[in-house]
Parts: sequence; structure tokens; C-alpha cells
Amino acid sequence: MTIERRRAVADLLAERGDMLLVAGLGSPVYDVFAAGDHDLNFYNWGAMGSAAMIGLGLALAQPDRPVVVITGDGEMLMGIGAFATIAQHRPANLSIIILDNGQYAETGMQPTATSFGVDLAAVATACGLPDVVTLQSNNEVAALHTRIRARGGLTIAVLKIAPGDQPHTIPLRDGVEIANRFIRHAATAL
Amino acid sequence: MNQHTVIPPADVGLAIRPWQHDIHACFTAAGITHVPFVPDAGHKGLIKLCEADPSITTTVLTTEEEGIALATGLWLGGRRIVMLMQSSGVGNCVNLFSLLENCRAPFVALVTMRGEFAEFNPWQIPMGKRTGAVLELMGFDVYRADDAGAVGDTVRGAIDHAFFSRRAVAVLLGQRLIGRKDWSK
Repeated sequence: MTIERRRAVADLLAERGDMLLVAGLGSPVYDVFAAGDHDLNFYNWGAMGSAAMIGLGLALAQPDRPVVVITGDGEMLMGIGAFATIAQHRPANLSIIILDNGQYAETGMQPTATSFGVDLAAVATACGLPDVVTLQSNNEVAALHTRIRARGGLTIAVLKIAPGDQPHTIPLRDGVEIANRFIRHAATAL
Repeated sequence: MNQHTVIPPADVGLAIRPWQHDIHACFTAAGITHVPFVPDAGHKGLIKLCEADPSITTTVLTTEEEGIALATGLWLGGRRIVMLMQSSGVGNCVNLFSLLENCRAPFVALVTMRGEFAEFNPWQIPMGKRTGAVLELMGFDVYRADDAGAVGDTVRGAIDHAFFSRRAVAVLLGQRLIGRKDWSK
């Protein structure tokens, strides 16, 4: 039993309010855009391994807004030390959603380390993150949606998604435009 | 929020160089609220000052790459940061610098130099020799301070340059400024 990634992402982003969203490179960028473009989507098209830490920065800067990072297992593995760094602060408004199919979809479905047994949820727990869940089925997503919106504590969720690629739905690619739009809408200009 | 032990400023005064106080004063004047770092002996005094400052949140990073991403997130959220690192860490960051260039995100790194003067550890030399060139290659505006009296003004200018003009700026703090590492102990 696995989770349908597009449906899960759309469900998690429903009625998002003032949520600040970071999408990690590759398929999560496409999944997030497929759920509907939004001024508060930061599409991180590169800098692999950076999504969770961008989320930490946003969460520390804007503690009253929910901050959600949606990224893949490959992207998270490249920046896996972020778990240790995030554990220093544990911002209650930060959620990191890892879409884990054990594959690098962008480059041709090569296996990631999670397909050889690395348990990202266990790594996060070992780094001292308190609320880590692994979801296996579509019907567990609604509870995660509620939890994210409540901003009741740092949440790490590993979603075991079905293997395979999805249609590439392509959002904005220009980083200045993505960033300026985000800042303007969040009203966070320096 | 800051998990570090807060050290009263009075207890940390003796070990801190005047130019490190100058940098900290720049942070206060410029409204720097976050200082992430991978530690270096050359930054020891400044790290203590930042940890003791209730208006600054410090974060110890597992790799300098994280600091680039953290800085970008904090900027998107309306905060100003300065990162502290040593020259070897610049090499760790190269692809992450693309995040700054693509988003034209303001960024300031204060880089303590190793491998350039009276270096005891030859393993520091390959990266130390190329630190400025790597930063220039990746689009940074690179400043340098070798004279203690010039540090404050250089850092103040770097912060203004970064946040007024949305530039990535590095200040190289020369090994002669920091002084020889004492390998006898």
C-alpha cells in the first residue's frame, strides 16, 4: 500500500491560508504546481539539498505562519545534516514532508539510499526531532493536513509514495521572479 | 528559540579582540538577527559575542552549505543574517551559491583565512589559496581585511552592499589578522 503523490500534495495544500511553502527540486516542484500555483510557493529548482534549511530560515523569520517544505527522498538525503541543525531550534511552525519513492525520478528512476534501507524517519528521530511520522496510505494524509495547519510543533512526515514518474507540470523558473513574488505577497521585504 | 547557553557579556570580554567587538557592533547597527556558523578558531571571540547577544539567534551548522539555504529562507522571511565560516568551507558551498545568484538573494559571509600565512597544516593550503578566486568565480563581491583597524568599516560596507544592492558579499579576514595558531599546546 502506497500513497498517490499528486493527490496527497493537493490534499495537504488545500485551504492553505497564509502557509509559506518550499518545494524541493525535481518532482515535488511539479507536484506542488500541479496542485495550483500560489504566490507563496518558493519553487527551488536547484541547489539540491537546500529545501529543508530554506524552510528552517522561513520558520524562524515568520514564527506565526505555517511553513511547509515538500521535497523528495533524494533531495533530503543530499542535505541530511539539516535534521541535526533543525533540531537546535525545533520551530513549532515548520513541517517537512518527504515524498519517498526510493527513486531519483528526474534522472531516470535510479534507486536512492532509501531503497537500500535508509529510514529517513529514523534518522530524523535520531537527530532529536520529536514528532516524526511515516505514512503508508492515502487515508492517513487528512490527519497530517490537520496537524500542519495547527502549527502545534515541528513535524517531519515521510510519505511512502508509489514509484514512477508523473507528468512534468512546469511553474515559474526565474529565481528572481519566484523570490520577488514571494516576498511581495508575504510582505517581508527588508 | 536559541538553544545555546547564554553567556553574560562580562564573562567573555577578555578573550575577544577589539576587531571582533567592531564586527559585533556592525551587526547591532545593521539589525542582524541571525548568525549561523561553522566554527573557526579565528571566529571564536565573535561567536561568543553573538551567543551572548539576546537580539541574535545563532545556529551551528553541520556544513556551510546549510548556511546558504538558511540565509535564503531568512531573507525570504524578512530577516538579515551574516554567516561565519573558515576558508575551507567556501569549497563546500559551490553549487549552493547558485541559489543566491538565481534569486539575487543578499548574503554576507565573514571568512577567516587559513593556508595563506605561516600555516602549520599544509592540508589547509589548497582551499585557502583559492578561496577568493572561487568566490569571485561564483559571482561574489569579495572584500578583504588584513588590518585590525579596517575590519569594522569593511564589514559595515559589506553588509550595506549586500542588503542595499542584493549582492552576495564575502569578507576575507586575513590569517595575519587572526594570528598564528599555537601548535605547542
